Amino acid sequence: MSAVTVSAVEVSGVTRRFGDVVALDDVTLEVGHGELVGMLGPNGAGKSTLLSLVSGQRRPDAGVVRLAGRDPRDARARTVLGLTPQETGLPATLRVREVVDFVGGHYPDPVPTDELLEQFGLADLGKRQTGSLSGGQKRRLAVAMSLVGRPSVVLLDEPTTGLDVSGRAALWDAIREYHAKGGTVLLTSHYLEEVQALAERVVVIDHGKVLADDSLETVLSRVGARRVQLTDATGTRQEHLVPDSDAFVRDLVASGVEFRDLEIRGASLEEAFGQLVNHESTEGAVR
Amino acid sequence: MSATTQNLTQARTQPFLKLSWLHLKYQFLETVRIPIAVLGNVLFPSLSMFFFVVPQTAVAGNPLFATTAVASLALFAVCSASLFTYGLGVAEDRQLPFYPFLRSLPAGPGPQMVARVLNGGIFSLFGVLPLIIIGWLFTEATVTPGQLLGGIGTILAASVPFVLLGMAIGYALSAKAALPVVQIILFPLAFAGGLFLPPQMFPGWLDAISMATPTRAGRDLLVQATTGAEAYALALPVLAGWTLLFIVLAIVAYRNDEGRRFR
Repeated sequence: MSAVTVSAVEVSGVTRRFGDVVALDDVTLEVGHGELVGMLGPNGAGKSTLLSLVSGQRRPDAGVVRLAGRDPRDARARTVLGLTPQETGLPATLRVREVVDFVGGHYPDPVPTDELLEQFGLADLGKRQTGSLSGGQKRRLAVAMSLVGRPSVVLLDEPTTGLDVSGRAALWDAIREYHAKGGTVLLTSHYLEEVQALAERVVVIDHGKVLADDSLETVLSRVGARRVQLTDATGTRQEHLVPDSDAFVRDLVASGVEFRDLEIRGASLEEAFGQLVNHESTEGAVR
Repeated sequence: MSATTQNLTQARTQPFLKLSWLHLKYQFLETVRIPIAVLGNVLFPSLSMFFFVVPQTAVAGNPLFATTAVASLALFAVCSASLFTYGLGVAEDRQLPFYPFLRSLPAGPGPQMVARVLNGGIFSLFGVLPLIIIGWLFTEATVTPGQLLGGIGTILAASVPFVLLGMAIGYALSAKAALPVVQIILFPLAFAGGLFLPPQMFPGWLDAISMATPTRAGRDLLVQATTGAEAYALALPVLAGWTLLFIVLAIVAYRNDEGRRFR
């Protein structure tokens, strides 16, 4: 097989229904090796379904899913894949070390358990049953489990949900470190902030369709609007949403109006996301 | 990382035996850490022995009858443990959030199934052991060491089709549906297979049906191994045939299973 650059993840023309509900509607998405892609979308948008197809848990009704060029339903294709279980999904009676050993045993060259536990600050917890861990410890274990097999592609489903700020920062570091070594990451998150902090590329999904798929800056700039705040002569705080903040300020200064505390801010990903998703009908929020 | 040059020849799962051992260890630990599940398997057949066999002096006092009774109950213990643990156990596992994660590890269905069958065998032995002791202490049941070993080997082999049938049910149905289905299958099979009443008491038509069941085939092979009373000629082919059928059903059910059902 000529090893011409095969994408890490390739999804083309994929449709998946659950009964009457179309979870994914003709979705096409390609993730190259070494990319860090963040997937955003409201609950029920189709993110988890997409991940379950890429990890070979489900098959698409139509279209093709490839993981490093192979069908992920074939166990051999998944030797390059790491993923996190959902937080509530750890086998409660097993000990931390046993779970890591078990997952690592599936891969040809697993990270030694001690080293991995050390890296994720779990070294003291090796003998604890997973059911007794705190939410943050479970999350760290979940991400550790995704990396134990030295995978080249990692799927992270809500990796830091329920974590405090320092816990989240520690996991972000681990994800960045993995990515810096050439690993491919596809992550979903409820936290726009998380995607903004980690991802180079953002995919917005709603109603089973890809609404936007571009670099972080492009998605942000697509919103166009800048937020300009100032306090006028009467002391009232004004806020303007303008398409071109430079022109706005030039005009403002030229007009000679008195103002102070000028503040200009680009739209956050949150605003970009809100604008993209809200263009669609509001029923998305209900699902 | 040489991600882009990761060529396809490198993609190979770990050896089958290694993966099977890994899953066996995992499943064994999971089962054994919930002691009530283990206790249930151990207690139920032993209690049945005390209620139904030990008080009946006509059976308990006759070495052949007593040994046959122990063998029949032992097989019932194995059938029920296999069908319940696997039919219900697999169905419940599939509803756990860890299950989709398990399925996405680089291992096919084989190792997991082999591990389940072996794990079923281990816990069946836990259930059978007290039966042997009760039979030995409280009835005239008697076996030579060779017969005992033969019996244990036979019962392990006879448990395979029931573990597979349990798995087929567990992968095909939800936990709520699996429970009644297991009950509907287990009791008629046990009765028709002569595990409750000796098949010698059956009318001809029922005996003919009985001989086609995996329970009867397993029972007679087990009785043959422990008492020397010849099993009917088709017992082995019947048991092997059901085993093959249940392997196919279990694999089909596994392949069609996509985690939780969405409606």
